[in-house]
Amino acid sequence: MKRVAIGGFGLTKFNKEDVTIESLMLSSVKSLFDNNSNLIQKDVDVVLTSTNDNSKYLANIVSELAGISPKISHTVESLCNSGANSVVSAFSYISSGLADVALVVGAEKFDNPGLVLEWDTSRGQYKHPVYWSSMFTRSHMRKYGTTMEDLAIVSAKNHKNALANPYAYFDKEYSVDEIMQSKNITEDIRVLDCSFPCNGSAAVLLASEEIIKKFTDCPVWITGIGQKTISAGFTKNDDLTSMKSTKHAAYDAYTMSKKEPKDIDVAEVHDAFSICEVIEVEDLGFAQKGNGNQFIKNMYDTGDKKVNPRGGLIGSGHPLGATGIAQIVEISQQLQNKAQKRQVEGAKVGIVQNMSAAATSSTVLIFES
Amino acid sequence: MIRFENELKNDKFVCSECPKCNKLVWPPSDFCSGCFSKVIWRQVSRKGKVIEFSKKDNTIFCLAEFESMIRIMGELEIGTNTPGIGQDLELIKCDYDSKEKFFFQLK
Repeated sequence: MKRVAIGGFGLTKFNKEDVTIESLMLSSVKSLFDNNSNLIQKDVDVVLTSTNDNSKYLANIVSELAGISPKISHTVESLCNSGANSVVSAFSYISSGLADVALVVGAEKFDNPGLVLEWDTSRGQYKHPVYWSSMFTRSHMRKYGTTMEDLAIVSAKNHKNALANPYAYFDKEYSVDEIMQSKNITEDIRVLDCSFPCNGSAAVLLASEEIIKKFTDCPVWITGIGQKTISAGFTKNDDLTSMKSTKHAAYDAYTMSKKEPKDIDVAEVHDAFSICEVIEVEDLGFAQKGNGNQFIKNMYDTGDKKVNPRGGLIGSGHPLGATGIAQIVEISQQLQNKAQKRQVEGAKVGIVQNMSAAATSSTVLIFES
Repeated sequence: MIRFENELKNDKFVCSECPKCNKLVWPPSDFCSGCFSKVIWRQVSRKGKVIEFSKKDNTIFCLAEFESMIRIMGELEIGTNTPGIGQDLELIKCDYDSKEKFFFQLK
Protein backbone atom coordinates (compact mmCIF):
# COMPACT_ATOMS: atom_id res chain seq x y z
CA MET A 1 0.00 0.00 0.00
CA LYS A 2 1.48 3.34 -1.06
CA ARG A 3 1.88 6.15 1.47
CA VAL A 4 -0.42 9.12 0.81
CA ALA A 5 -0.11 12.72 1.95
CA ILE A 6 -1.94 16.01 1.77
CA GLY A 7 0.04 18.33 -0.48
CA GLY A 8 -2.17 21.38 -0.76
CA PHE A 9 -5.46 22.97 0.21
CA GLY A 10 -7.92 25.71 -0.64
CA LEU A 11 -10.75 27.36 1.26
CA THR A 12 -13.47 29.94 0.79
CA LYS A 13 -15.05 32.23 3.34
CA PHE A 14 -18.15 30.60 4.89
CA ASN A 15 -21.16 32.87 4.34
CA LYS A 16 -24.76 32.98 3.11
CA GLU A 17 -24.36 34.63 -0.29
CA ASP A 18 -26.41 33.47 -3.26
CA VAL A 19 -24.05 31.35 -5.40
CA THR A 20 -24.27 28.06 -7.27
CA ILE A 21 -22.77 24.85 -5.91
CA GLU A 22 -20.46 24.66 -8.94
CA SER A 23 -19.17 28.16 -8.32
CA LEU A 24 -18.64 27.41 -4.63
CA MET A 25 -16.59 24.33 -5.48
CA LEU A 26 -14.61 26.09 -8.15
CA SER A 27 -13.68 28.91 -5.79
CA SER A 28 -11.87 26.58 -3.36
CA VAL A 29 -10.29 24.70 -6.29
CA LYS A 30 -9.00 28.06 -7.53
CA SER A 31 -7.70 28.79 -4.03
CA LEU A 32 -5.91 25.41 -4.02
CA PHE A 33 -4.26 26.08 -7.40
CA ASP A 34 -3.35 29.62 -6.30
CA ASN A 35 -1.64 28.15 -3.22
CA ASN A 36 0.33 25.57 -5.27
CA SER A 37 2.32 27.13 -8.10
CA ASN A 38 3.78 23.74 -9.09
CA LEU A 39 0.38 22.16 -9.63
CA ILE A 40 -1.07 22.03 -13.12
CA GLN A 41 -4.37 20.54 -14.25
CA LYS A 42 -2.68 17.64 -16.05
CA ASP A 43 -1.25 16.39 -12.74
CA VAL A 44 -4.71 15.51 -11.41
CA ASP A 45 -5.86 11.89 -11.87
CA VAL A 46 -8.91 11.94 -9.60
CA VAL A 47 -11.56 14.56 -8.88
CA LEU A 48 -14.00 13.79 -6.07
CA THR A 49 -16.79 16.10 -5.01
CA SER A 50 -18.38 15.95 -1.56
CA THR A 51 -21.83 17.43 -1.14
CA ASN A 52 -25.45 16.84 -0.17
CA ASP A 53 -26.62 19.09 -2.98
CA ASN A 54 -29.05 17.49 -5.40
CA SER A 55 -26.93 18.40 -8.44
CA LYS A 56 -26.04 15.67 -10.86
CA TYR A 57 -22.66 14.87 -12.45
CA LEU A 58 -20.95 17.40 -10.25
CA ALA A 59 -17.43 15.92 -10.19
CA ASN A 60 -17.39 15.97 -13.98
CA ILE A 61 -18.81 19.48 -14.16
CA VAL A 62 -16.23 20.79 -11.69
CA SER A 63 -13.49 18.94 -13.61
CA GLU A 64 -14.51 20.62 -16.86
CA LEU A 65 -14.80 24.05 -15.25
CA ALA A 66 -11.32 23.59 -13.73
CA GLY A 67 -9.79 22.35 -17.00
CA ILE A 68 -9.13 18.85 -15.64
CA SER A 69 -9.74 15.57 -17.50
CA PRO A 70 -9.45 13.04 -14.68
CA LYS A 71 -9.26 9.26 -14.86
CA ILE A 72 -11.68 8.91 -11.98
CA SER A 73 -14.37 11.39 -10.95
CA HIS A 74 -17.52 11.05 -8.87
CA THR A 75 -19.45 12.49 -5.95
CA VAL A 76 -19.32 11.13 -2.42
CA GLU A 77 -22.41 11.68 -0.26
CA SER A 78 -22.81 10.57 3.34
CA LEU A 79 -24.61 13.54 4.92
CA CYS A 80 -22.28 15.34 7.35
CA ASN A 81 -19.25 13.04 7.00
CA SER A 82 -19.24 13.21 3.20
CA GLY A 83 -16.05 15.30 3.40
CA ALA A 84 -13.82 12.93 5.38
CA ASN A 85 -15.30 9.96 3.50
CA SER A 86 -14.37 11.50 0.15
CA VAL A 87 -10.78 11.89 1.38
CA VAL A 88 -10.79 8.21 2.42
CA SER A 89 -11.90 7.31 -1.13
CA ALA A 90 -9.14 9.47 -2.66
CA PHE A 91 -6.61 7.89 -0.28
CA SER A 92 -7.71 4.44 -1.45
CA TYR A 93 -7.32 5.27 -5.14
CA ILE A 94 -3.78 6.50 -4.54
CA SER A 95 -2.64 3.90 -2.01
CA SER A 96 -3.84 1.10 -4.31
CA GLY A 97 -1.87 2.51 -7.22
CA LEU A 98 -4.91 3.34 -9.36
CA ALA A 99 -3.99 7.02 -9.30
CA ASP A 100 -1.22 9.35 -8.12
CA VAL A 101 -2.86 12.73 -7.51
CA ALA A 102 -6.39 13.42 -6.28
CA LEU A 103 -8.27 16.67 -5.90
CA VAL A 104 -11.08 16.46 -3.34
CA VAL A 105 -13.48 19.37 -3.10
CA GLY A 106 -16.46 19.68 -0.77
CA ALA A 107 -19.14 22.34 -0.78
CA GLU A 108 -22.61 23.06 0.46
CA LYS A 109 -25.12 25.83 0.13
CA PHE A 110 -26.80 27.19 3.26
CA ASP A 111 -30.18 25.88 2.10
CA ASN A 112 -28.92 22.35 1.39
CA PRO A 113 -31.39 19.47 1.69
CA GLY A 114 -29.05 17.30 3.79
CA LEU A 115 -29.90 18.75 7.18
CA VAL A 116 -32.82 16.42 7.88
CA LEU A 117 -32.81 12.68 7.17
CA GLU A 118 -36.42 12.25 6.06
CA TRP A 119 -35.92 8.49 5.63
CA ASP A 120 -35.52 7.94 9.36
CA THR A 121 -38.93 6.59 10.34
CA SER A 122 -37.82 6.15 13.93
CA ARG A 123 -37.56 9.90 14.50
CA GLY A 124 -41.34 10.24 14.03
CA GLN A 125 -42.44 13.86 13.89
CA TYR A 126 -39.08 14.89 15.42
CA LYS A 127 -36.83 14.70 12.37
CA HIS A 128 -34.70 17.81 12.92
CA PRO A 129 -31.23 17.23 14.45
CA VAL A 130 -32.07 19.37 17.52
CA TYR A 131 -34.22 16.48 18.76
CA TRP A 132 -31.57 13.76 18.67
CA SER A 133 -29.06 16.16 20.18
CA SER A 134 -31.54 16.90 22.98
CA MET A 135 -31.68 13.17 23.70
CA PHE A 136 -27.88 12.94 23.85
CA THR A 137 -27.72 16.05 26.03
CA ARG A 138 -30.34 14.91 28.52
CA SER A 139 -28.75 11.46 28.81
CA HIS A 140 -25.26 12.88 29.40
CA MET A 141 -26.67 15.26 32.00
CA ARG A 142 -28.48 12.43 33.73
CA LYS A 143 -25.51 10.05 33.79
CA TYR A 144 -22.57 12.41 34.30
CA GLY A 145 -24.07 15.58 35.75
CA THR A 146 -23.31 17.73 32.70
CA THR A 147 -24.80 21.21 33.10
CA MET A 148 -26.07 23.87 30.71
CA GLU A 149 -23.05 25.95 31.76
CA ASP A 150 -20.69 23.13 30.73
CA LEU A 151 -22.31 23.16 27.29
CA ALA A 152 -22.12 26.95 27.05
CA ILE A 153 -18.35 26.71 27.65
CA VAL A 154 -17.98 24.52 24.53
CA SER A 155 -19.73 27.15 22.44
CA ALA A 156 -17.85 30.05 24.06
CA LYS A 157 -14.50 28.32 23.40
CA ASN A 158 -15.31 27.56 19.78
CA HIS A 159 -16.70 31.01 18.99
CA LYS A 160 -13.56 32.49 20.55
CA ASN A 161 -11.29 30.22 18.47
CA ALA A 162 -13.23 31.14 15.32
CA LEU A 163 -12.18 34.79 15.74
CA ALA A 164 -8.72 33.75 14.51
CA ASN A 165 -10.17 31.88 11.52
CA PRO A 166 -10.57 34.27 8.57
CA TYR A 167 -12.87 31.77 6.79
CA ALA A 168 -15.34 31.29 9.68
CA TYR A 169 -19.01 32.16 9.37
CA PHE A 170 -19.10 33.72 12.85
CA ASP A 171 -16.81 36.57 13.85
CA LYS A 172 -18.24 37.37 17.25
CA GLU A 173 -17.12 36.32 20.70
CA TYR A 174 -19.87 35.22 23.08
CA SER A 175 -19.55 35.06 26.85
CA VAL A 176 -20.75 31.97 28.72
CA ASP A 177 -23.56 34.13 30.12
CA GLU A 178 -24.67 35.30 26.67
CA ILE A 179 -24.80 31.70 25.49
CA MET A 180 -26.72 30.67 28.62
CA GLN A 181 -29.24 33.44 27.88
CA SER A 182 -29.59 32.66 24.17
CA LYS A 183 -32.92 31.41 22.90
CA ASN A 184 -34.01 27.93 23.97
CA ILE A 185 -34.63 25.66 21.00
CA THR A 186 -35.56 22.82 23.34
CA GLU A 187 -35.23 22.61 27.11
CA ASP A 188 -31.71 21.18 26.59
CA ILE A 189 -30.44 23.06 23.52
CA ARG A 190 -30.00 26.81 23.08
CA VAL A 191 -29.52 28.46 19.74
CA LEU A 192 -25.83 29.10 20.46
CA ASP A 193 -25.28 25.41 21.22
CA CYS A 194 -26.01 24.69 17.55
CA SER A 195 -23.84 24.75 14.45
CA PHE A 196 -25.38 26.68 11.58
CA PRO A 197 -25.78 25.62 7.96
CA CYS A 198 -24.01 28.07 5.65
CA ASN A 199 -22.26 28.26 2.30
CA GLY A 200 -18.76 26.91 2.33
CA SER A 201 -16.19 25.15 0.24
CA ALA A 202 -12.88 23.44 0.98
CA ALA A 203 -10.45 21.51 -1.19
CA VAL A 204 -7.43 19.29 -0.56
CA LEU A 205 -4.83 17.75 -2.84
CA LEU A 206 -3.64 14.21 -2.07
CA ALA A 207 -0.66 12.58 -3.71
CA SER A 208 1.51 9.49 -3.47
CA GLU A 209 4.94 9.54 -1.86
CA GLU A 210 6.64 9.56 -5.28
CA ILE A 211 4.81 12.71 -6.43
CA ILE A 212 4.13 14.71 -3.28
CA LYS A 213 7.50 16.54 -3.24
CA LYS A 214 6.48 18.33 -6.44
CA PHE A 215 3.77 20.14 -4.51
CA THR A 216 5.14 20.67 -1.02
CA ASP A 217 8.21 20.39 1.18
CA CYS A 218 5.95 19.71 4.17
CA PRO A 219 3.65 16.80 3.29
CA VAL A 220 1.02 15.86 5.84
CA TRP A 221 0.80 12.08 5.90
CA ILE A 222 -2.47 10.27 6.39
CA THR A 223 -1.36 7.48 8.72
CA GLY A 224 -4.59 6.28 10.30
CA ILE A 225 -8.09 5.73 8.93
CA GLY A 226 -11.21 4.48 10.67
CA GLN A 227 -14.68 4.56 9.23
CA LYS A 228 -17.71 2.93 10.84
CA THR A 229 -21.45 2.93 10.26
CA ILE A 230 -23.62 1.48 13.03
CA SER A 231 -26.97 2.20 11.37
CA ALA A 232 -28.78 4.94 9.49
CA GLY A 233 -31.65 5.36 11.94
CA PHE A 234 -30.96 7.44 15.04
CA THR A 235 -32.67 5.16 17.51
CA LYS A 236 -30.24 2.27 17.00
CA ASN A 237 -27.84 4.25 19.25
CA ASP A 238 -28.23 2.06 22.35
CA ASP A 239 -26.16 4.36 24.62
CA LEU A 240 -27.10 8.00 24.22
CA THR A 241 -24.07 9.19 26.22
CA SER A 242 -21.62 7.81 23.71
CA MET A 243 -20.98 7.64 19.95
CA LYS A 244 -20.41 3.99 19.16
CA SER A 245 -19.40 4.65 15.55
CA THR A 246 -16.78 7.19 16.66
CA LYS A 247 -15.31 4.75 19.18
CA HIS A 248 -15.02 2.05 16.51
CA ALA A 249 -13.54 4.43 13.93
CA ALA A 250 -11.10 5.91 16.45
CA TYR A 251 -9.91 2.45 17.50
CA ASP A 252 -9.22 1.52 13.86
CA ALA A 253 -7.47 4.83 13.12
CA TYR A 254 -5.29 4.64 16.26
CA THR A 255 -4.42 1.02 15.47
CA MET A 256 -3.49 1.73 11.85
CA SER A 257 -1.29 4.70 12.80
CA LYS A 258 0.16 3.01 15.90
CA LYS A 259 -0.78 6.11 17.88
CA GLU A 260 -2.66 6.59 21.14
CA PRO A 261 -4.85 9.44 22.35
CA LYS A 262 -1.91 10.86 24.34
CA ASP A 263 0.07 11.26 21.10
CA ILE A 264 -2.47 13.65 19.55
CA ASP A 265 -1.37 17.31 19.56
CA VAL A 266 -4.36 18.86 17.78
CA ALA A 267 -7.89 17.69 16.95
CA GLU A 268 -10.81 18.73 14.81
CA VAL A 269 -13.99 17.15 16.18
CA HIS A 270 -17.55 17.33 14.88
CA ASP A 271 -19.33 19.71 17.28
CA ALA A 272 -22.66 19.82 15.46
CA PHE A 273 -24.00 20.70 18.92
CA SER A 274 -22.15 21.51 22.16
CA ILE A 275 -22.89 18.07 23.62
CA CYS A 276 -21.18 16.42 20.63
CA GLU A 277 -17.77 17.85 21.50
CA VAL A 278 -18.13 16.70 25.12
CA ILE A 279 -18.91 13.14 24.04
CA GLU A 280 -16.26 13.16 21.29
CA VAL A 281 -13.32 14.19 23.50
CA GLU A 282 -14.34 11.30 25.74
CA ASP A 283 -14.83 8.76 22.96
CA LEU A 284 -11.56 9.74 21.24
CA GLY A 285 -9.81 9.03 24.54
CA PHE A 286 -8.70 12.56 25.47
CA ALA A 287 -10.74 12.47 28.68
CA GLN A 288 -12.25 9.72 30.80
CA LYS A 289 -15.98 9.14 30.34
CA GLY A 290 -17.77 11.86 32.29
CA ASN A 291 -14.72 14.16 32.38
CA GLY A 292 -15.14 15.69 28.92
CA ASN A 293 -16.63 18.85 30.38
CA GLN A 294 -13.67 19.43 32.70
CA PHE A 295 -11.24 18.77 29.85
CA ILE A 296 -12.99 21.38 27.69
CA LYS A 297 -13.27 23.88 30.56
CA ASN A 298 -9.51 23.62 31.12
CA MET A 299 -8.91 24.46 27.45
CA TYR A 300 -11.29 27.42 27.67
CA ASP A 301 -9.73 28.74 30.89
CA THR A 302 -6.15 28.46 29.61
CA GLY A 303 -6.68 29.43 25.95
CA ASP A 304 -5.51 25.95 24.87
CA LYS A 305 -6.53 25.43 21.23
CA LYS A 306 -5.91 21.68 21.10
CA VAL A 307 -9.51 20.86 20.15
CA ASN A 308 -11.24 22.73 17.33
CA PRO A 309 -8.67 25.50 16.84
CA ARG A 310 -10.53 26.88 13.77
CA GLY A 311 -13.69 27.22 15.89
CA GLY A 312 -15.31 23.88 15.13
CA LEU A 313 -18.66 23.67 13.41
CA ILE A 314 -20.22 25.93 16.04
CA GLY A 315 -17.82 28.81 15.38
CA SER A 316 -16.95 28.22 11.72
CA GLY A 317 -20.38 27.21 10.40
CA HIS A 318 -21.40 23.82 9.02
CA PRO A 319 -21.56 23.57 5.22
CA LEU A 320 -22.15 19.81 5.36
CA GLY A 321 -20.18 18.53 2.38
CA ALA A 322 -17.31 20.94 3.06
CA THR A 323 -17.03 20.40 6.81
CA GLY A 324 -14.87 17.26 6.87
CA ILE A 325 -12.54 18.71 4.27
CA ALA A 326 -12.28 22.03 6.11
CA GLN A 327 -11.37 20.04 9.24
CA ILE A 328 -8.61 18.29 7.25
CA VAL A 329 -7.38 21.62 5.87
CA GLU A 330 -7.08 22.93 9.44
CA ILE A 331 -5.09 19.91 10.65
CA SER A 332 -2.86 20.18 7.57
CA GLN A 333 -2.17 23.84 8.31
CA GLN A 334 -1.49 23.02 11.96
CA LEU A 335 1.01 20.25 11.11
CA GLN A 336 2.75 22.50 8.57
CA ASN A 337 3.04 25.22 11.23
CA LYS A 338 0.97 27.54 9.01
CA ALA A 339 -2.05 28.08 11.25
CA GLN A 340 -0.93 31.57 12.31
CA LYS A 341 -2.92 32.82 15.32
CA ARG A 342 -4.58 29.42 15.67
CA GLN A 343 -1.30 27.51 15.75
CA VAL A 344 -0.92 24.82 18.39
CA GLU A 345 2.77 25.05 19.26
CA GLY A 346 4.85 22.15 17.96
CA ALA A 347 1.89 20.15 16.58
CA LYS A 348 3.17 16.97 14.90
CA VAL A 349 0.19 14.59 15.11
CA GLY A 350 -3.43 15.56 14.43
CA ILE A 351 -6.79 13.86 14.33
CA VAL A 352 -10.06 14.58 12.51
CA GLN A 353 -13.41 13.17 13.64
CA ASN A 354 -16.28 13.78 11.21
CA MET A 355 -19.67 12.15 11.85
CA SER A 356 -23.17 12.14 10.46
CA ALA A 357 -26.82 11.68 11.39
CA ALA A 358 -26.66 11.47 15.19
CA ALA A 359 -23.29 9.70 15.03
CA THR A 360 -24.78 6.70 13.27
CA SER A 361 -21.66 6.91 11.08
CA SER A 362 -18.21 8.31 11.86
CA THR A 363 -14.89 8.81 10.13
CA VAL A 364 -11.65 9.32 12.04
CA LEU A 365 -8.38 10.21 10.35
CA ILE A 366 -4.91 10.60 11.87
CA PHE A 367 -2.30 12.85 10.26
CA GLU A 368 1.42 13.24 10.86
CA SER A 369 3.87 15.85 9.66
CA MET B 1 -42.40 2.12 2.71
CA ILE B 2 -46.01 2.33 1.57
CA ARG B 3 -47.44 -0.48 3.75
CA PHE B 4 -45.98 0.95 6.97
CA GLU B 5 -47.16 4.47 6.16
CA ASN B 6 -50.64 3.37 5.08
CA GLU B 7 -51.10 1.46 8.32
CA LEU B 8 -50.00 4.49 10.34
CA LYS B 9 -52.66 6.55 8.57
CA ASN B 10 -55.21 4.09 10.01
CA ASP B 11 -53.70 4.44 13.48
CA LYS B 12 -52.12 1.00 13.20
CA PHE B 13 -48.51 0.55 14.31
CA VAL B 14 -47.09 -2.38 12.38
CA CYS B 15 -43.62 -3.74 11.82
CA SER B 16 -42.06 -6.17 9.41
CA GLU B 17 -41.18 -9.60 10.79
CA CYS B 18 -39.06 -12.35 9.29
CA PRO B 19 -41.00 -15.64 9.27
CA LYS B 20 -37.75 -17.58 8.94
CA CYS B 21 -35.71 -15.87 11.67
CA ASN B 22 -38.84 -15.20 13.75
CA LYS B 23 -37.54 -11.70 14.46
CA LEU B 24 -38.88 -8.18 14.02
CA VAL B 25 -37.17 -6.29 11.21
CA TRP B 26 -36.73 -2.65 12.24
CA PRO B 27 -36.63 -0.16 10.58
CA PRO B 28 -39.50 -1.50 8.47
CA SER B 29 -38.37 -3.18 5.28
CA ASP B 30 -39.66 -5.60 2.67
CA PHE B 31 -36.82 -8.03 3.37
CA CYS B 32 -35.18 -9.44 6.50
CA SER B 33 -31.89 -7.68 7.30
CA GLY B 34 -30.47 -11.01 8.44
CA CYS B 35 -31.47 -13.55 5.78
CA PHE B 36 -33.19 -11.39 3.11
CA SER B 37 -36.41 -13.43 3.31
CA LYS B 38 -39.62 -11.66 2.36
CA VAL B 39 -41.17 -10.27 5.55
CA ILE B 40 -44.67 -10.51 6.92
CA TRP B 41 -46.34 -7.61 8.70
CA ARG B 42 -47.82 -7.65 12.16
CA GLN B 43 -49.09 -5.18 14.71
CA VAL B 44 -46.64 -4.08 17.39
CA SER B 45 -47.63 -4.02 21.07
CA ARG B 46 -48.57 -0.46 21.99
CA LYS B 47 -47.19 -0.85 25.49
CA GLY B 48 -43.68 0.58 25.77
CA LYS B 49 -41.30 2.36 28.09
CA VAL B 50 -39.56 5.71 28.33
CA ILE B 51 -35.93 5.66 27.18
CA GLU B 52 -35.24 9.41 27.21
CA PHE B 53 -37.19 12.65 26.92
CA SER B 54 -36.84 16.41 26.65
CA LYS B 55 -39.18 19.35 26.17
CA LYS B 56 -39.85 21.97 23.51
CA ASP B 57 -42.10 24.82 24.58
CA ASN B 58 -44.86 22.99 26.45
CA THR B 59 -44.53 19.69 24.64
CA ILE B 60 -42.54 16.71 25.87
CA PHE B 61 -40.89 14.64 23.16
CA CYS B 62 -39.76 11.20 24.06
CA LEU B 63 -37.72 8.27 22.82
CA ALA B 64 -39.79 5.18 23.59
CA GLU B 65 -39.09 1.47 23.22
CA PHE B 66 -41.61 -1.22 22.19
CA GLU B 67 -41.21 -4.99 22.35
CA SER B 68 -37.68 -4.43 23.78
CA MET B 69 -36.48 -3.60 20.28
CA ILE B 70 -38.30 -0.87 18.38
CA ARG B 71 -37.35 2.66 19.41
CA ILE B 72 -39.28 5.65 18.09
CA MET B 73 -39.61 9.32 18.95
CA GLY B 74 -42.99 10.84 19.62
CA GLU B 75 -44.93 13.33 21.68
CA LEU B 76 -45.50 12.30 25.29
CA GLU B 77 -48.65 13.26 27.16
CA ILE B 78 -47.90 13.12 30.89
CA GLY B 79 -51.03 14.54 32.52
CA THR B 80 -50.11 15.40 36.10
CA ASN B 81 -47.34 12.78 36.28
CA THR B 82 -43.60 13.29 36.07
CA PRO B 83 -41.91 11.09 33.48
CA GLY B 84 -39.06 8.84 34.53
CA ILE B 85 -36.62 6.66 32.62
CA GLY B 86 -37.97 3.15 32.16
CA GLN B 87 -41.52 4.19 33.02
CA ASP B 88 -44.38 2.47 31.21
CA LEU B 89 -46.21 4.31 28.46
CA GLU B 90 -48.71 3.55 25.76
CA LEU B 91 -48.82 4.48 22.10
CA ILE B 92 -52.21 6.21 21.99
CA LYS B 93 -52.14 7.40 18.40
CA CYS B 94 -50.05 7.16 15.26
CA ASP B 95 -50.51 8.83 11.92
CA TYR B 96 -48.76 9.67 8.68
CA ASP B 97 -49.04 13.09 7.10
CA SER B 98 -45.88 13.70 5.02
CA LYS B 99 -43.99 12.21 7.99
CA GLU B 100 -44.61 9.61 10.66
CA LYS B 101 -46.32 10.84 13.82
CA PHE B 102 -46.42 9.06 17.17
CA PHE B 103 -48.23 10.09 20.37
CA PHE B 104 -47.58 8.42 23.72
CA GLN B 105 -49.28 8.61 27.09
CA LEU B 106 -47.60 7.91 30.40
CA LYS B 107 -49.10 5.02 32.31
